[in-house]
Amino acid sequence: MVDITPGRAYGFFTDTSVCIGCKACEVACKEWNALPGNAPAFGDGYDNTGTLDAQNWRHVAFIDNVPDETQGAGHGSAWLMMSDVCKHCQHASCMDVCPTGAIIRTEFDSVFIQPDVCNGCRNCIAACPYDVIAQNDEKGVAQKCTLCYDRLQGGLEPACAKACPTDSIQFGPLDELRELANQRVDDLHGQSVPQARLYGADESVYGGLNAFFLLMDEPERYRLPNAENAVLPGRNNLGGYLGALGTAVLAVLGGLFALRRRREPAPADGPSEVDQSERDPEPPEEGP
Amino acid sequence: MTLAAPAQHFVDSPHWTWYILGYFFFAGLSGGSYVIASLFRLRGEPADEPAARVGYYAAFVALLPCPVLLIVDLGSPLRFWHMMWNTTPGDAGLNLKWGSPMSVGVWALLVYGAFATVSLVDSLVRDGKLPFLRRVRLGGWFGALFVVVGLVLGLFVAGYTGVLLAVSNQPVWSDTWALGGLFLASGMAGSAALLLFLLRYRAGAGASAGPLTVAERLYAVLELALLVIFALTLLPAGTFGLAFGFPWLLLWLVALAGLAPGIAGLVTSRSAVTPEGVAVPVHTASVAVPGLVLAGVLALRAAVIFSAQ
Repeated sequence: MVDITPGRAYGFFTDTSVCIGCKACEVACKEWNALPGNAPAFGDGYDNTGTLDAQNWRHVAFIDNVPDETQGAGHGSAWLMMSDVCKHCQHASCMDVCPTGAIIRTEFDSVFIQPDVCNGCRNCIAACPYDVIAQNDEKGVAQKCTLCYDRLQGGLEPACAKACPTDSIQFGPLDELRELANQRVDDLHGQSVPQARLYGADESVYGGLNAFFLLMDEPERYRLPNAENAVLPGRNNLGGYLGALGTAVLAVLGGLFALRRRREPAPADGPSEVDQSERDPEPPEEGP
Repeated sequence: MTLAAPAQHFVDSPHWTWYILGYFFFAGLSGGSYVIASLFRLRGEPADEPAARVGYYAAFVALLPCPVLLIVDLGSPLRFWHMMWNTTPGDAGLNLKWGSPMSVGVWALLVYGAFATVSLVDSLVRDGKLPFLRRVRLGGWFGALFVVVGLVLGLFVAGYTGVLLAVSNQPVWSDTWALGGLFLASGMAGSAALLLFLLRYRAGAGASAGPLTVAERLYAVLELALLVIFALTLLPAGTFGLAFGFPWLLLWLVALAGLAPGIAGLVTSRSAVTPEGVAVPVHTASVAVPGLVLAGVLALRAAVIFSAQ
Protein backbone atom coordinates (compact mmCIF):
# COMPACT_ATOMS: atom_id res chain seq x y z
CA MET A 1 0.00 0.00 0.00
CA VAL A 2 1.49 3.29 -1.13
CA ASP A 3 1.41 6.11 1.37
CA ILE A 4 -0.10 9.05 -0.51
CA THR A 5 0.81 12.49 0.82
CA PRO A 6 -0.21 15.81 -0.80
CA GLY A 7 2.81 17.81 -1.85
CA ARG A 8 4.76 14.79 -3.06
CA ALA A 9 5.08 13.91 -6.77
CA TYR A 10 3.39 10.69 -7.81
CA GLY A 11 3.07 8.92 -11.12
CA PHE A 12 3.04 5.70 -13.08
CA PHE A 13 5.86 3.46 -14.19
CA THR A 14 4.41 1.38 -17.01
CA ASP A 15 6.68 -1.56 -17.80
CA THR A 16 5.65 -2.73 -21.27
CA SER A 17 7.90 -5.79 -21.08
CA VAL A 18 5.41 -7.50 -18.77
CA CYS A 19 2.17 -6.21 -20.28
CA ILE A 20 0.05 -9.14 -21.45
CA GLY A 21 -2.66 -7.04 -23.10
CA CYS A 22 -5.46 -8.17 -20.77
CA LYS A 23 -7.01 -4.66 -20.66
CA ALA A 24 -7.89 -4.96 -16.97
CA CYS A 25 -6.54 -1.40 -16.64
CA GLU A 26 -9.00 -0.13 -19.23
CA VAL A 27 -11.91 -1.81 -17.49
CA ALA A 28 -10.91 -0.63 -14.02
CA CYS A 29 -10.47 2.91 -15.31
CA LYS A 30 -13.89 2.94 -16.94
CA GLU A 31 -15.57 1.47 -13.87
CA TRP A 32 -14.07 3.91 -11.39
CA ASN A 33 -14.44 6.98 -13.58
CA ALA A 34 -17.92 6.02 -14.82
CA LEU A 35 -16.86 6.14 -18.46
CA PRO A 36 -19.40 4.42 -20.70
CA GLY A 37 -16.84 3.80 -23.43
CA ASN A 38 -17.23 3.78 -27.18
CA ALA A 39 -18.76 1.04 -29.27
CA PRO A 40 -16.02 -1.49 -30.03
CA ALA A 41 -14.44 -1.10 -33.43
CA PHE A 42 -12.80 -4.23 -34.73
CA GLY A 43 -9.97 -3.80 -37.17
CA ASP A 44 -7.41 -6.33 -38.28
CA GLY A 45 -5.81 -6.66 -34.86
CA TYR A 46 -6.76 -7.33 -31.25
CA ASP A 47 -7.05 -3.64 -30.41
CA ASN A 48 -10.73 -2.76 -30.32
CA THR A 49 -10.16 0.37 -28.23
CA GLY A 50 -8.23 2.20 -30.89
CA THR A 51 -6.87 5.21 -29.14
CA LEU A 52 -6.89 7.26 -25.99
CA ASP A 53 -9.85 9.62 -26.03
CA ALA A 54 -12.60 11.09 -23.87
CA GLN A 55 -13.88 7.59 -23.00
CA ASN A 56 -10.56 5.73 -22.89
CA TRP A 57 -8.14 7.11 -20.37
CA ARG A 58 -6.09 3.94 -20.50
CA HIS A 59 -5.53 2.24 -23.82
CA VAL A 60 -3.65 -1.01 -24.28
CA ALA A 61 -1.95 -0.54 -27.61
CA PHE A 62 -1.26 -3.71 -29.60
CA ILE A 63 1.61 -3.03 -31.95
CA ASP A 64 1.66 -5.69 -34.58
CA ASN A 65 5.09 -7.07 -35.46
CA VAL A 66 3.75 -10.29 -36.93
CA PRO A 67 5.65 -11.01 -40.16
CA ASP A 68 3.71 -11.82 -43.29
CA GLU A 69 5.74 -14.98 -43.88
CA THR A 70 5.60 -18.05 -41.64
CA GLN A 71 8.49 -17.99 -39.19
CA GLY A 72 10.28 -20.75 -37.33
CA ALA A 73 10.94 -20.89 -33.63
CA GLY A 74 12.77 -18.05 -31.91
CA HIS A 75 10.77 -15.20 -33.35
CA GLY A 76 8.58 -14.60 -30.37
CA SER A 77 8.36 -10.82 -30.36
CA ALA A 78 5.33 -10.63 -32.59
CA TRP A 79 3.53 -8.07 -30.46
CA LEU A 80 4.48 -5.02 -28.53
CA MET A 81 1.88 -4.18 -25.92
CA MET A 82 1.70 -0.98 -23.98
CA SER A 83 -0.91 0.37 -21.62
CA ASP A 84 -0.88 3.98 -22.76
CA VAL A 85 -2.05 6.86 -20.57
CA CYS A 86 -1.67 10.60 -20.04
CA LYS A 87 1.99 11.29 -19.35
CA HIS A 88 1.36 14.09 -16.81
CA CYS A 89 4.31 15.95 -18.37
CA GLN A 90 6.42 18.31 -16.28
CA HIS A 91 6.31 20.73 -19.22
CA ALA A 92 2.75 20.08 -20.32
CA SER A 93 1.77 21.31 -23.79
CA CYS A 94 -1.94 21.23 -22.89
CA MET A 95 -1.42 23.40 -19.84
CA ASP A 96 0.63 25.92 -21.83
CA VAL A 97 -2.12 26.69 -24.33
CA CYS A 98 -5.28 26.29 -22.18
CA PRO A 99 -6.91 29.74 -22.25
CA THR A 100 -9.33 29.17 -19.37
CA GLY A 101 -6.94 27.98 -16.68
CA ALA A 102 -8.91 24.74 -16.51
CA ILE A 103 -5.76 22.61 -16.67
CA ILE A 104 -3.90 22.69 -13.40
CA ARG A 105 -1.14 20.83 -11.62
CA THR A 106 -2.48 19.15 -8.51
CA GLU A 107 -0.95 18.68 -5.11
CA PHE A 108 0.16 15.24 -6.33
CA ASP A 109 2.05 16.85 -9.28
CA SER A 110 -0.40 15.40 -11.79
CA VAL A 111 -1.99 17.37 -14.67
CA PHE A 112 -5.73 17.69 -14.16
CA ILE A 113 -8.50 19.16 -16.35
CA GLN A 114 -11.13 20.77 -14.11
CA PRO A 115 -14.41 19.70 -15.73
CA ASP A 116 -16.34 22.66 -14.32
CA VAL A 117 -13.83 25.21 -15.64
CA CYS A 118 -13.12 23.81 -19.13
CA ASN A 119 -15.34 25.30 -21.85
CA GLY A 120 -14.48 22.89 -24.64
CA CYS A 121 -12.31 25.12 -26.84
CA ARG A 122 -10.13 22.10 -27.72
CA ASN A 123 -6.87 24.02 -27.81
CA CYS A 124 -5.34 21.37 -25.51
CA ILE A 125 -6.24 18.65 -28.01
CA ALA A 126 -4.33 20.49 -30.75
CA ALA A 127 -1.35 20.79 -28.42
CA CYS A 128 -1.04 17.38 -26.74
CA PRO A 129 1.74 15.55 -28.61
CA TYR A 130 0.55 12.16 -27.33
CA ASP A 131 -3.02 12.13 -28.64
CA VAL A 132 -4.26 11.82 -25.08
CA ILE A 133 -7.03 14.41 -24.71
CA ALA A 134 -10.37 14.37 -26.48
CA GLN A 135 -13.65 16.18 -26.25
CA ASN A 136 -16.58 14.56 -24.47
CA ASP A 137 -19.35 15.70 -26.77
CA GLU A 138 -22.08 15.00 -24.22
CA LYS A 139 -20.44 17.01 -21.46
CA GLY A 140 -18.88 19.57 -23.81
CA VAL A 141 -15.48 19.47 -22.10
CA ALA A 142 -12.07 17.95 -22.74
CA GLN A 143 -11.25 14.78 -20.83
CA LYS A 144 -8.28 12.60 -20.04
CA CYS A 145 -6.71 10.54 -17.26
CA THR A 146 -6.90 12.34 -13.92
CA LEU A 147 -4.38 10.02 -12.23
CA CYS A 148 -7.52 9.13 -10.27
CA TYR A 149 -7.35 12.47 -8.47
CA ASP A 150 -10.35 11.58 -6.33
CA ARG A 151 -8.82 8.27 -5.27
CA LEU A 152 -5.51 9.93 -4.42
CA GLN A 153 -7.34 12.43 -2.23
CA GLY A 154 -8.81 9.44 -0.40
CA GLY A 155 -5.43 7.73 -0.04
CA LEU A 156 -6.13 5.13 -2.73
CA GLU A 157 -3.87 4.31 -5.66
CA PRO A 158 -5.27 4.76 -9.19
CA ALA A 159 -7.70 2.10 -10.36
CA CYS A 160 -5.59 0.91 -13.31
CA ALA A 161 -2.50 0.26 -11.20
CA LYS A 162 -4.64 -1.50 -8.61
CA ALA A 163 -6.13 -3.80 -11.24
CA CYS A 164 -3.01 -4.62 -13.30
CA PRO A 165 -2.35 -8.34 -12.73
CA THR A 166 1.28 -8.33 -13.88
CA ASP A 167 2.42 -5.08 -12.23
CA SER A 168 3.07 -3.66 -15.66
CA ILE A 169 1.47 -0.51 -14.22
CA GLN A 170 3.09 0.57 -11.00
CA PHE A 171 2.00 3.63 -9.05
CA GLY A 172 4.08 5.42 -6.45
CA PRO A 173 6.24 8.38 -5.55
CA LEU A 174 8.21 9.42 -8.64
CA ASP A 175 11.66 9.17 -7.07
CA GLU A 176 10.99 5.61 -5.96
CA LEU A 177 9.50 4.66 -9.33
CA ARG A 178 12.55 5.97 -11.18
CA GLU A 179 14.85 3.96 -8.97
CA LEU A 180 12.75 0.88 -9.60
CA ALA A 181 12.71 1.50 -13.36
CA ASN A 182 16.48 1.91 -13.59
CA GLN A 183 16.92 -1.36 -11.72
CA ARG A 184 14.47 -3.07 -14.07
CA VAL A 185 16.31 -1.87 -17.17
CA ASP A 186 19.62 -3.05 -15.72
CA ASP A 187 18.06 -6.46 -15.01
CA LEU A 188 16.69 -6.75 -18.55
CA HIS A 189 20.00 -5.73 -20.10
CA GLY A 190 21.63 -8.37 -17.91
CA GLN A 191 19.15 -10.91 -19.29
CA SER A 192 20.20 -10.17 -22.88
CA VAL A 193 17.28 -7.87 -23.62
CA PRO A 194 19.27 -4.88 -24.89
CA GLN A 195 16.28 -3.23 -26.55
CA ALA A 196 14.72 -2.36 -23.18
CA ARG A 197 14.86 1.39 -22.52
CA LEU A 198 13.14 4.01 -20.43
CA TYR A 199 11.05 6.78 -21.95
CA GLY A 200 10.32 9.92 -19.97
CA ALA A 201 12.11 8.86 -16.80
CA ASP A 202 14.65 11.65 -17.21
CA GLU A 203 14.23 15.28 -18.29
CA SER A 204 14.92 14.70 -22.00
CA VAL A 205 11.22 14.45 -22.82
CA TYR A 206 9.04 17.39 -21.71
CA GLY A 207 11.14 17.91 -18.60
CA GLY A 208 10.26 14.40 -17.46
CA LEU A 209 7.03 12.46 -17.55
CA ASN A 210 5.24 11.63 -14.32
CA ALA A 211 3.82 8.65 -16.20
CA PHE A 212 6.91 7.13 -17.82
CA PHE A 213 7.51 3.87 -19.61
CA LEU A 214 9.87 1.00 -20.12
CA LEU A 215 9.74 0.33 -23.87
CA MET A 216 10.95 -2.61 -25.92
CA ASP A 217 11.54 -0.66 -29.13
CA GLU A 218 12.05 2.88 -30.40
CA PRO A 219 9.51 5.34 -28.94
CA GLU A 220 8.17 6.08 -32.43
CA ARG A 221 6.96 2.48 -32.69
CA TYR A 222 4.60 3.24 -29.82
CA ARG A 223 3.55 6.57 -31.32
CA LEU A 224 5.63 8.47 -28.81
CA PRO A 225 7.79 11.31 -30.19
CA ASN A 226 11.49 10.84 -29.55
CA ALA A 227 13.39 13.41 -27.49
CA GLU A 228 14.26 15.45 -30.58
CA ASN A 229 10.60 15.74 -31.54
CA ALA A 230 9.20 16.23 -28.05
CA VAL A 231 8.63 19.96 -28.50
CA LEU A 232 6.26 22.42 -26.87
CA PRO A 233 3.69 24.38 -28.88
CA GLY A 234 4.99 27.62 -27.37
CA ARG A 235 8.13 27.29 -29.48
CA ASN A 236 6.17 28.84 -32.35
CA ASN A 237 5.02 31.94 -30.48
CA LEU A 238 8.09 34.03 -31.24
CA GLY A 239 8.48 33.00 -34.87
CA GLY A 240 4.76 33.23 -35.52
CA TYR A 241 4.39 36.71 -34.07
CA LEU A 242 7.60 37.95 -35.71
CA GLY A 243 6.40 36.67 -39.08
CA ALA A 244 3.10 38.46 -38.55
CA LEU A 245 4.89 41.60 -37.36
CA GLY A 246 7.08 41.70 -40.46
CA THR A 247 4.02 41.25 -42.62
CA ALA A 248 2.18 43.95 -40.68
CA VAL A 249 5.00 46.44 -41.26
CA LEU A 250 5.01 45.64 -44.98
CA ALA A 251 1.20 45.85 -45.08
CA VAL A 252 1.19 49.32 -43.49
CA LEU A 253 4.03 50.62 -45.66
CA GLY A 254 2.43 49.12 -48.77
CA GLY A 255 -0.90 50.60 -47.77
CA LEU A 256 0.54 54.05 -47.18
CA PHE A 257 2.22 53.85 -50.58
CA ALA A 258 -0.81 52.54 -52.45
CA LEU A 259 -3.39 54.73 -50.76
CA ARG A 260 -1.53 57.99 -51.27
CA ARG A 261 -3.48 60.58 -53.23
CA ARG A 262 -2.27 60.77 -56.78
CA ARG A 263 -2.97 63.38 -59.38
CA GLU A 264 -6.08 62.17 -61.15
CA PRO A 265 -5.69 61.80 -64.91
CA ALA A 266 -8.56 64.19 -65.45
CA PRO A 267 -8.85 66.10 -68.72
CA ALA A 268 -8.94 69.43 -66.91
CA ASP A 269 -6.66 70.48 -64.09
CA GLY A 270 -9.51 71.66 -61.89
CA PRO A 271 -10.27 69.03 -59.27
CA SER A 272 -6.84 67.48 -59.12
CA GLU A 273 -5.29 69.68 -56.47
CA VAL A 274 -5.94 67.60 -53.43
CA ASP A 275 -2.33 67.24 -52.62
CA GLN A 276 -0.49 67.46 -49.37
CA SER A 277 -1.39 71.13 -49.08
CA GLU A 278 -4.83 70.37 -47.74
CA ARG A 279 -4.75 68.12 -44.76
CA ASP A 280 -8.12 68.94 -43.36
CA PRO A 281 -8.75 66.74 -40.34
CA GLU A 282 -12.42 67.70 -40.50
CA PRO A 283 -13.91 65.92 -43.48
CA PRO A 284 -17.22 66.93 -45.02
CA GLU A 285 -20.36 65.94 -43.21
CA GLU A 286 -21.80 64.32 -46.28
CA GLY A 287 -19.99 62.38 -48.96
CA PRO A 288 -19.35 64.63 -51.96
CA MET B 1 17.99 9.30 -38.15
CA THR B 2 19.22 12.12 -40.31
CA LEU B 3 18.83 15.85 -40.11
CA ALA B 4 16.24 15.64 -42.86
CA ALA B 5 14.04 13.28 -40.84
CA PRO B 6 10.44 14.48 -40.96
CA ALA B 7 8.79 15.84 -37.85
CA GLN B 8 6.97 13.24 -35.76
CA HIS B 9 3.33 14.10 -35.22
CA PHE B 10 1.17 11.76 -33.14
CA VAL B 11 -1.30 14.42 -32.11
CA ASP B 12 -5.09 14.24 -32.38
CA SER B 13 -7.10 16.78 -34.33
CA PRO B 14 -9.01 19.46 -32.39
CA HIS B 15 -11.84 19.28 -34.93
CA TRP B 16 -11.81 22.98 -35.60
CA THR B 17 -13.92 23.11 -38.73
CA TRP B 18 -16.58 25.31 -40.28
CA TYR B 19 -17.23 27.72 -37.43
CA ILE B 20 -13.52 28.36 -37.07
CA LEU B 21 -13.11 28.73 -40.81
CA GLY B 22 -15.89 31.32 -40.75
CA TYR B 23 -14.28 33.14 -37.85
CA PHE B 24 -10.85 33.23 -39.51
CA PHE B 25 -12.46 34.57 -42.70
CA PHE B 26 -14.45 37.34 -41.04
CA ALA B 27 -11.67 38.26 -38.61
CA GLY B 28 -9.32 38.72 -41.57
CA LEU B 29 -11.81 40.91 -43.39
CA SER B 30 -12.78 42.94 -40.34
CA GLY B 31 -9.22 43.60 -39.23
CA GLY B 32 -8.07 44.27 -42.78
CA SER B 33 -10.93 46.68 -43.49
CA TYR B 34 -10.22 48.56 -40.27
CA VAL B 35 -6.54 48.84 -41.19
CA ILE B 36 -7.28 50.17 -44.69
CA ALA B 37 -9.88 52.61 -43.36
CA SER B 38 -7.39 53.83 -40.78
CA LEU B 39 -4.66 54.25 -43.39
CA PHE B 40 -7.07 56.37 -45.44
CA ARG B 41 -7.91 58.39 -42.35
CA LEU B 42 -4.27 58.86 -41.39
CA ARG B 43 -3.50 60.02 -44.92
CA GLY B 44 -6.05 62.72 -44.25
CA GLU B 45 -7.23 63.27 -47.80
CA PRO B 46 -10.79 64.62 -47.84
CA ALA B 47 -11.49 62.78 -51.08
CA ASP B 48 -10.77 59.45 -49.36
CA GLU B 49 -12.93 60.11 -46.32
CA PRO B 50 -15.99 58.34 -47.80
CA ALA B 51 -13.86 55.27 -48.45
CA ALA B 52 -12.53 55.40 -44.90
CA ARG B 53 -16.09 55.37 -43.57
CA VAL B 54 -16.99 52.45 -45.84
CA GLY B 55 -13.99 50.66 -44.36
CA TYR B 56 -15.12 51.26 -40.79
CA TYR B 57 -18.66 50.12 -41.62
CA ALA B 58 -17.32 46.97 -43.26
CA ALA B 59 -14.99 46.29 -40.32
CA PHE B 60 -17.89 46.45 -37.88
CA VAL B 61 -20.27 44.33 -39.93
CA ALA B 62 -17.60 41.69 -40.61
CA LEU B 63 -16.85 41.59 -36.90
CA LEU B 64 -20.43 40.80 -35.89
CA PRO B 65 -20.37 37.08 -36.74
CA CYS B 66 -16.97 36.54 -35.11
CA PRO B 67 -17.95 36.15 -31.45
CA VAL B 68 -21.03 34.16 -32.45
CA LEU B 69 -18.96 31.68 -34.45
CA LEU B 70 -16.38 31.35 -31.69
CA ILE B 71 -18.98 30.77 -29.01
CA VAL B 72 -21.04 28.19 -30.89
CA ASP B 73 -17.85 26.27 -31.64
CA LEU B 74 -17.18 25.75 -27.93
CA GLY B 75 -18.18 22.46 -26.36
CA SER B 76 -19.83 24.48 -23.58
CA PRO B 77 -20.92 27.73 -25.24
CA LEU B 78 -22.44 29.20 -22.07
CA ARG B 79 -18.99 29.10 -20.53
CA PHE B 80 -17.48 31.42 -23.15
CA TRP B 81 -16.68 33.90 -20.39
CA HIS B 82 -14.30 31.39 -18.83
CA MET B 83 -11.87 32.61 -21.49
CA MET B 84 -11.66 35.91 -19.61
CA TRP B 85 -12.37 34.89 -16.05
CA ASN B 86 -10.68 31.94 -14.40
CA THR B 87 -13.25 30.13 -12.28
CA THR B 88 -10.80 27.75 -10.60
CA PRO B 89 -11.89 27.48 -6.96
CA GLY B 90 -9.46 29.40 -4.80
CA ASP B 91 -7.70 30.86 -7.82
CA ALA B 92 -10.42 32.92 -9.46
CA GLY B 93 -9.40 36.00 -11.40
CA LEU B 94 -8.75 37.48 -14.81
CA ASN B 95 -7.35 35.11 -17.42
CA LEU B 96 -4.54 36.30 -19.65
CA LYS B 97 -1.82 33.89 -20.74
CA TRP B 98 0.74 35.52 -22.98
CA GLY B 99 1.95 32.14 -24.21
CA SER B 100 -1.50 31.15 -25.46
CA PRO B 101 -2.54 33.00 -28.63
CA MET B 102 -6.13 31.95 -27.97
CA SER B 103 -6.06 33.74 -24.63
CA VAL B 104 -4.33 36.83 -26.02
CA GLY B 105 -6.65 36.75 -29.02
CA VAL B 106 -9.79 36.79 -26.89
CA TRP B 107 -8.70 40.03 -25.23
CA ALA B 108 -7.49 41.51 -28.50
CA LEU B 109 -10.84 40.73 -30.09
CA LEU B 110 -12.68 42.28 -27.16
CA VAL B 111 -10.67 45.51 -27.23
CA TYR B 112 -10.72 45.61 -31.02
CA GLY B 113 -14.49 45.20 -30.86
CA ALA B 114 -14.69 48.35 -28.74
CA PHE B 115 -12.55 50.25 -31.23
CA ALA B 116 -14.56 48.99 -34.20
CA THR B 117 -17.78 50.03 -32.46
CA VAL B 118 -16.51 53.53 -31.64
CA SER B 119 -15.29 53.93 -35.23
CA LEU B 120 -18.69 52.81 -36.47
CA VAL B 121 -20.45 55.40 -34.30
CA ASP B 122 -17.94 58.04 -35.36
CA SER B 123 -18.57 57.24 -39.03
CA LEU B 124 -22.32 57.41 -38.49
CA VAL B 125 -21.92 60.80 -36.81
CA ARG B 126 -19.74 62.06 -39.65
CA ASP B 127 -22.36 60.85 -42.11
CA GLY B 128 -25.02 62.77 -40.21
CA LYS B 129 -26.92 59.63 -39.25
CA LEU B 130 -26.77 60.32 -35.54
CA PRO B 131 -27.73 63.98 -35.24
CA PHE B 132 -27.98 63.84 -31.45
CA LEU B 133 -24.25 63.07 -31.33
CA ARG B 134 -23.18 65.60 -33.94
CA ARG B 135 -21.06 67.56 -31.49
CA VAL B 136 -19.05 64.44 -30.67
CA ARG B 137 -16.21 63.94 -33.09
CA LEU B 138 -13.19 61.64 -33.00
CA GLY B 139 -10.63 64.23 -34.08
CA GLY B 140 -7.42 65.95 -33.16
CA TRP B 141 -4.47 64.16 -31.62
CA PHE B 142 -6.76 61.86 -29.66
CA GLY B 143 -8.54 60.83 -32.85
CA ALA B 144 -5.22 60.12 -34.55
CA LEU B 145 -4.01 58.10 -31.57
CA PHE B 146 -7.28 56.20 -31.50
CA VAL B 147 -6.95 55.37 -35.17
CA VAL B 148 -3.35 54.19 -34.77
CA VAL B 149 -4.16 51.94 -31.81
CA GLY B 150 -7.20 50.57 -33.64
CA LEU B 151 -5.05 49.94 -36.70
CA VAL B 152 -2.58 47.90 -34.64
CA LEU B 153 -5.45 45.93 -33.12
CA GLY B 154 -6.90 45.36 -36.58
CA LEU B 155 -3.57 43.99 -37.78
CA PHE B 156 -3.43 41.70 -34.77
CA VAL B 157 -6.96 40.37 -35.18
CA ALA B 158 -6.38 39.70 -38.87
CA GLY B 159 -3.12 37.82 -38.27
CA TYR B 160 -3.04 36.19 -34.83
CA THR B 161 -5.29 33.37 -35.96
CA GLY B 162 -2.38 31.96 -37.96
CA VAL B 163 -0.14 32.13 -34.90
CA LEU B 164 -2.85 30.37 -32.90
CA LEU B 165 -2.73 27.44 -35.31
CA ALA B 166 1.08 27.38 -35.25
CA VAL B 167 1.20 27.27 -31.45
CA SER B 168 0.17 23.63 -31.36
CA ASN B 169 1.69 20.28 -32.20
CA GLN B 170 -0.45 19.71 -35.29
CA PRO B 171 1.22 18.72 -38.55
CA VAL B 172 1.45 21.59 -41.06
CA TRP B 173 0.33 24.25 -38.56
CA SER B 174 3.19 23.78 -36.14
CA ASP B 175 5.76 23.16 -38.87
CA THR B 176 5.82 26.76 -40.05
CA TRP B 177 6.18 30.28 -38.66
CA ALA B 178 4.54 31.87 -41.71
CA LEU B 179 0.85 31.32 -40.99
CA GLY B 180 0.31 34.54 -39.02
CA GLY B 181 1.79 36.61 -41.82
CA LEU B 182 0.00 34.59 -44.49
CA PHE B 183 -3.41 35.09 -42.88
CA LEU B 184 -2.72 38.78 -42.37
CA ALA B 185 -1.63 39.36 -45.97
CA SER B 186 -4.59 37.38 -47.23
CA GLY B 187 -6.94 39.35 -44.99
CA MET B 188 -5.49 42.62 -46.29
CA ALA B 189 -5.85 41.59 -49.93
CA GLY B 190 -9.40 40.39 -49.31
CA SER B 191 -10.32 43.58 -47.47
CA ALA B 192 -8.98 45.76 -50.28
CA ALA B 193 -11.10 43.77 -52.74
CA LEU B 194 -14.13 43.93 -50.45
CA LEU B 195 -13.88 47.71 -50.05
CA LEU B 196 -13.30 48.11 -53.76
CA PHE B 197 -16.57 46.30 -54.29
CA LEU B 198 -18.42 48.31 -51.64
CA LEU B 199 -17.24 51.69 -52.97
CA ARG B 200 -19.72 51.52 -55.81
CA TYR B 201 -22.55 51.78 -53.30
CA ARG B 202 -21.15 54.92 -51.71
CA ALA B 203 -21.63 58.25 -53.43
CA GLY B 204 -18.42 60.18 -53.84
CA ALA B 205 -16.15 57.29 -52.93
CA GLY B 206 -15.15 56.44 -56.47
CA ALA B 207 -11.98 58.51 -56.22
CA SER B 208 -10.56 55.94 -53.82
CA ALA B 209 -10.99 53.01 -56.18
CA GLY B 210 -7.62 53.59 -57.80
CA PRO B 211 -5.59 53.56 -54.59
CA LEU B 212 -7.53 50.54 -53.36
CA THR B 213 -6.84 48.69 -56.58
CA VAL B 214 -3.14 49.32 -56.17
CA ALA B 215 -3.31 48.25 -52.52
CA GLU B 216 -5.00 45.01 -53.50
CA ARG B 217 -2.22 44.32 -55.98
CA LEU B 218 0.52 44.91 -53.43
CA TYR B 219 -1.20 42.76 -50.84
CA ALA B 220 -1.62 39.99 -53.41
CA VAL B 221 2.14 40.01 -53.99
CA LEU B 222 2.76 40.00 -50.23
CA GLU B 223 0.39 37.06 -49.84
CA LEU B 224 2.06 35.16 -52.67
CA ALA B 225 5.46 35.67 -51.08
CA LEU B 226 4.18 34.35 -47.76
CA LEU B 227 2.51 31.43 -49.48
CA VAL B 228 5.86 30.46 -50.98
CA ILE B 229 7.54 30.82 -47.58
CA PHE B 230 4.78 28.73 -46.01
CA ALA B 231 5.28 25.97 -48.56
CA LEU B 232 9.07 26.03 -48.17
CA THR B 233 8.90 25.80 -44.39
CA LEU B 234 6.82 22.63 -44.67
CA LEU B 235 9.45 20.82 -46.73
CA PRO B 236 11.93 20.00 -43.93
CA ALA B 237 9.08 18.80 -41.72
CA GLY B 238 7.84 16.45 -44.44
CA THR B 239 4.31 17.84 -44.35
CA PHE B 240 4.28 19.63 -47.71
CA GLY B 241 2.37 16.75 -49.31
CA LEU B 242 -0.18 16.75 -46.51
CA ALA B 243 -0.95 20.44 -47.00
CA PHE B 244 -0.82 20.59 -50.77
CA GLY B 245 -1.94 17.09 -51.80
CA PHE B 246 -5.29 16.19 -53.28
CA PRO B 247 -8.02 17.31 -52.59
CA TRP B 248 -6.54 20.38 -50.86
CA LEU B 249 -4.74 21.25 -54.07
CA LEU B 250 -8.10 22.34 -55.46
CA LEU B 251 -8.51 24.84 -52.64
CA TRP B 252 -5.00 26.12 -53.18
CA LEU B 253 -5.83 26.65 -56.84
CA VAL B 254 -8.81 28.78 -55.81
CA ALA B 255 -6.51 30.70 -53.44
CA LEU B 256 -4.06 31.27 -56.29
CA ALA B 257 -6.91 32.31 -58.58
CA GLY B 258 -7.79 34.91 -55.98
CA LEU B 259 -4.28 36.31 -56.25
CA ALA B 260 -4.31 36.33 -60.04
CA PRO B 261 -6.19 39.62 -60.59
CA GLY B 262 -3.90 41.53 -58.27
CA ILE B 263 -0.67 40.10 -59.59
CA ALA B 264 -1.80 40.35 -63.22
CA GLY B 265 -2.82 43.94 -62.57
CA LEU B 266 0.59 44.77 -61.21
CA VAL B 267 2.30 43.18 -64.19
CA THR B 268 0.11 44.71 -66.89
CA SER B 269 -0.93 48.07 -65.45
CA ARG B 270 2.21 49.47 -64.02
CA SER B 271 1.14 52.93 -65.05
CA ALA B 272 -1.45 52.75 -62.31
CA VAL B 273 1.22 52.92 -59.69
CA THR B 274 3.32 55.69 -61.16
CA PRO B 275 3.14 59.21 -59.80
CA GLU B 276 1.64 60.37 -63.04
CA GLY B 277 -1.75 59.14 -62.07
CA VAL B 278 -3.93 56.18 -61.29
CA ALA B 279 -5.30 55.07 -64.60
CA VAL B 280 -8.01 52.91 -63.12
CA PRO B 281 -11.58 53.21 -64.31
CA VAL B 282 -13.68 53.67 -61.22
CA HIS B 283 -16.84 51.76 -61.94
CA THR B 284 -15.85 49.43 -64.72
CA ALA B 285 -14.40 46.67 -62.56
CA SER B 286 -16.62 43.63 -62.52
CA VAL B 287 -18.08 42.08 -59.40
CA ALA B 288 -16.33 38.86 -60.34
CA VAL B 289 -12.89 40.13 -59.38
CA PRO B 290 -13.64 41.01 -55.74
CA GLY B 291 -15.68 37.81 -55.54
CA LEU B 292 -12.73 35.79 -56.77
CA VAL B 293 -10.35 37.43 -54.33
CA LEU B 294 -12.71 36.77 -51.41
CA ALA B 295 -13.18 33.17 -52.52
CA GLY B 296 -9.39 32.89 -52.49
CA VAL B 297 -9.25 34.23 -48.93
CA LEU B 298 -11.76 31.61 -47.82
CA ALA B 299 -10.12 28.78 -49.77
CA LEU B 300 -6.69 29.53 -48.34
CA ARG B 301 -7.97 29.29 -44.79
CA ALA B 302 -9.98 26.17 -45.58
CA ALA B 303 -6.91 24.48 -47.09
CA VAL B 304 -4.81 25.28 -44.02
CA ILE B 305 -7.49 24.28 -41.52
CA PHE B 306 -8.72 21.08 -43.11
CA SER B 307 -5.53 19.64 -44.59
CA ALA B 308 -3.87 19.40 -41.17
CA GLN B 309 -6.80 17.64 -39.53
